[in-house]
Amino acid sequence: MDAAPVLRVDELTKHFPVTEGLLWTKVVGWVKAVDGIAFSVGQGQTLALVGESGCGKTTTAKLILRLERPTAGTVTVDGEDVHTLGGEALKQYRAKVQAVFQDPWSSLSPRMRVREIVAEPLVINGLASSHEIKERVAEILSAVGLRPQQADLYPHEFSGGQRQRIAVASALVSRPKLIVLDEPVSALDVSIRAQIMNLLVDLQRQYDVSFLLIAHHLATTRYMAHEVAVMYLGQIVEKAPTKELFTSPLHPYTKALFSAALPAHPDIAREEIILSGEVPSPINPPSGCRFHPRCPFAMRQCSETEPSPKEIAAGHMVACHLY
Amino acid sequence: MSRPVGDVILEVDDLHTYCFTRWGVVKAVDGVSFSLRQGETLGIVGESGSGKTMTALSLLRLVPRPAARIVKGSIRLAGEDLLAKSEREMRAVRGRRISMILQDPQTSLNPVFTIGNQLIEAIQIHHKDGRGSLVRRAIEGLKQVRVAAPERRVADYPHQISGGMKQRVVGAIAISCEPKVLIADEPTTSLDVTIQAQYLRLLREIQQATNLALIFITHDFGIVAKMCDRVIVMYAGRAVESGPVRDIFNRPSHPYTQALLSSVPSMDEDVARLYSIAGQPPALWDLPEGCRFAARCPHADDRCRHEYPRAFSVGEGHTADCWRLEKEWTPRPFSASTS
Ligand SMILES: Nc1ncnc2c1ncn2[C@@H]1O[C@H](COP(=O)(O)OP(=O)(O)OP(=O)(O)O)[C@@H](O)[C@H]1O
Ligand SMILES: Nc1ncnc2c1ncn2[C@@H]1O[C@H](COP(=O)(O)OP(=O)(O)OP(=O)(O)O)[C@@H](O)[C@H]1O
Ligand code: SF4
Ligand code: SF4
Ligand SMILES: [Mg+2]
Ligand SMILES: [Mg+2]
Repeated sequence: MDAAPVLRVDELTKHFPVTEGLLWTKVVGWVKAVDGIAFSVGQGQTLALVGESGCGKTTTAKLILRLERPTAGTVTVDGEDVHTLGGEALKQYRAKVQAVFQDPWSSLSPRMRVREIVAEPLVINGLASSHEIKERVAEILSAVGLRPQQADLYPHEFSGGQRQRIAVASALVSRPKLIVLDEPVSALDVSIRAQIMNLLVDLQRQYDVSFLLIAHHLATTRYMAHEVAVMYLGQIVEKAPTKELFTSPLHPYTKALFSAALPAHPDIAREEIILSGEVPSPINPPSGCRFHPRCPFAMRQCSETEPSPKEIAAGHMVACHLY
Repeated sequence: MSRPVGDVILEVDDLHTYCFTRWGVVKAVDGVSFSLRQGETLGIVGESGSGKTMTALSLLRLVPRPAARIVKGSIRLAGEDLLAKSEREMRAVRGRRISMILQDPQTSLNPVFTIGNQLIEAIQIHHKDGRGSLVRRAIEGLKQVRVAAPERRVADYPHQISGGMKQRVVGAIAISCEPKVLIADEPTTSLDVTIQAQYLRLLREIQQATNLALIFITHDFGIVAKMCDRVIVMYAGRAVESGPVRDIFNRPSHPYTQALLSSVPSMDEDVARLYSIAGQPPALWDLPEGCRFAARCPHADDRCRHEYPRAFSVGEGHTADCWRLEKEWTPRPFSASTS
């Protein structure tokens, strides 16, 4: 990885209070949504976060986007702690970091024309003159494959795939260094999915932008990511370069997750590792290794001591007592 | 994965379901035929808006009124003509003999009733039992779909259970009356990988125990690969290709099927670049006279644009509507370089 990553996350933690009583004033526990994670993303690179529903992926994204404040730990973009920014530096941050979410129907303001939606990040942050804005919008619309005439239409006049293109255009217009993509294609039809994935990959090459990609669909992450981190109950249990992770997953949870994925061909029969039970609650995560109640390989020490992350091969990190 | 299959339970022949709207006649289903055997699983795939849900709703005669109407064709369930039945007779078919899990399970549960009551309502249609025995059946139903602590869960309201559990409850309701045919419309889109796997395994088990015929409507070729015996590929209201699941994957013969398959990434191998189909499907109220895929097809010629292709047989039980198949041409997996 590059010497100076674009995004760096250290010991990042977010605990939400669980409250009850009159006016919910009594804190009876904490949801450990994100619990001490670390990773970095280099320039022009894509890191994917995968893991079961509720493991803390979106919370991580929100912490990076400043939509939540961390309980502990830091998020740095271009070497600056994003949660202590103010003034000019904050403005710069807003231009540098953008996001695209899952739902192309609700994420675009229905009363704004495409031109205004796409220009918004520039206008709000006062980043460019009106002449410049016009040029940038035209350039970016053509980069995402929309015609200049379409700039005067409203979002409802577009299909789901086209709307997601508009969202991508709006995320790109301020020439960001990092885009957080939370399930960017999962609401789309197979053929439109392919279009958007190709578009993102092309734009990354063209603009050297970094992506943090969150996706349920493992094949999507294999196609788009350079590196993949697997989360379980608020922690990263394994992280490796994409090909390495897909060809030799090590952590028992990663293996189980991959074995449950649907095959690409009827002749691919995976030996499915069946995990018993539902995901334990992040309010009271299990002791020791959080995966131990469901792990087919659990040993005595697993319920007692928390495994610390080890680097098994170049860039391949795993947190499990088996290694 | 091939399992012994039984007698034909459902036969659909030349089904046409149109929507009569202000801007014209939307040919949502425009000549679809297939048959389904007991214990068999049929997958229906195709682009959004190609008529998959409308085909399924037609089988139950639940197409959205007043706009939509079945205008032509026949639907036979165990030999009985469903289109000849009265509305009253159809009510005895729905739920009891053909059941459907709707595309959006979140909306198919009523938020103001407990899940137990909603299950009981479904069970009651066919079992005139006392309250106690109905509750027992409901608990049994939840147990069957692996809901933990079903005795307590029957008293929960939909908002008190997770999305994955909701989906299983909807499944429990759909199978509570032991249907012969179960239609699942995008049943797992909102589930994550592991819960989806559990749910699919469950449907499999129920199918094996009851010899249920399953119809899976999906965008996901992974579900098709894992669950289905046969596949229908729909495009703009037509079944453009159909065949045994392995043939569809190994020798996709319609250019649309080929393009669809090459636009899916794989987690088992590196893909340099996904194929993506340019353009959009034609408007269903203004269909071209020739092949409906012609505007997006890399092989389209003049005849394609003027004459709808007939179905050509490309293997046992495997057909596709494409003029290219008339000439001697060996189908091969689509290569992205043709784009
Ligand atoms: N504002 C909040 N208050 C309390 N708990 C929260 C809040 N936001 C998230 N959580 C909890 O934190 C955990 C992580 O949620 P998060 O949305 O990050 O999961 P996710 O990995 O994105 O899941 P999914 O794949 O379903 O989107 C969950 O248990 C969730 O219920
Ligand atoms: N009530 C209606 N009035 C007019 N047209 C309708 C109506 N309902 C559906 N249609 C049209 O019928 C066509 C087929 O719709 P259908 O719901 O069967 O598509 P689908 O293949 O299930 O798509 P998806 O994958 O998005 O669920 C669509 O083009 C749709 O716009
Ligand atoms: S540490 Fe123990 S319980 Fe955790 S994944 Fe490894 S073997 Fe399983
Ligand atoms: S009939 Fe012609 S246009 Fe239609 S799919 Fe075949 S080659 Fe393409
Ligand atoms: Mg999320
Ligand atoms: Mg549908």
